[in-house]
Amino acid sequence: MIRVGPDDFDVAAELAALHARAAGAGAVATFTGHVRGEDGLAALILEHYPAMTEREIARHTAEAGRRWPLLGVTVIHRVGRLVPGARIVFVAVAAHHRHAAFEACEFLMDYLKVHAPFWKQEERVGGTSWVEAKTSDDAAIKRWT
Amino acid sequence: MNVLYFAWVRQRIGRGEERLDLPAGVATVRALAEFLERRGGGYADAFADLKRLRAAVNQEHVAFDAPVAHDDEVAFFPPVTGG
Repeated sequence: MIRVGPDDFDVAAELAALHARAAGAGAVATFTGHVRGEDGLAALILEHYPAMTEREIARHTAEAGRRWPLLGVTVIHRVGRLVPGARIVFVAVAAHHRHAAFEACEFLMDYLKVHAPFWKQEERVGGTSWVEAKTSDDAAIKRWT
Repeated sequence: MNVLYFAWVRQRIGRGEERLDLPAGVATVRALAEFLERRGGGYADAFADLKRLRAAVNQEHVAFDAPVAHDDEVAFFPPVTGG
């Protein structure tokens, strides 16, 4: 299940829905990303490339399914203006065993960071500025190749 | 073709999308970027350093030497920063 949009999500409800779809799963690993409470940061403003975003995420969930025996995947990514503390991204992976669930969850986050077409702006008192991509994110996906 | 711009590329150019007839002699993403840069103004600013840009053709990431055709959707944007 992939969902991209402005709305917040309920982690417990998403986990219950994933587990209901992933019959027999013995392991569910999750990652939730929040807006960091940095000094002076009023909000993050996220935009994306709607026609491409879900396709790009689906490509990576399919790749995760080829690498690990997965029973279900949920990816949610929010866009719009998000204040410190707000949830931005959620990845949950269901599998028979924990190693597949942990690894696929991290794989999906690493790929999403580098390939999913989202862009963040930081809103501060003095104005807004675009967040620069981190080379450490590019390095993070090398270990999966 | 449809050309899309995102993040600061969109801001510098002043619009997010435009329709364009494939310019004569343009066969690659790089050639299209160079054509757009020659328009000057915000375009010259946005396309000044292609190393700072990424591109997609028909909603898939591509390298700048990828081919473009007249009915393609081409997007230019900075490296992504989601997650």
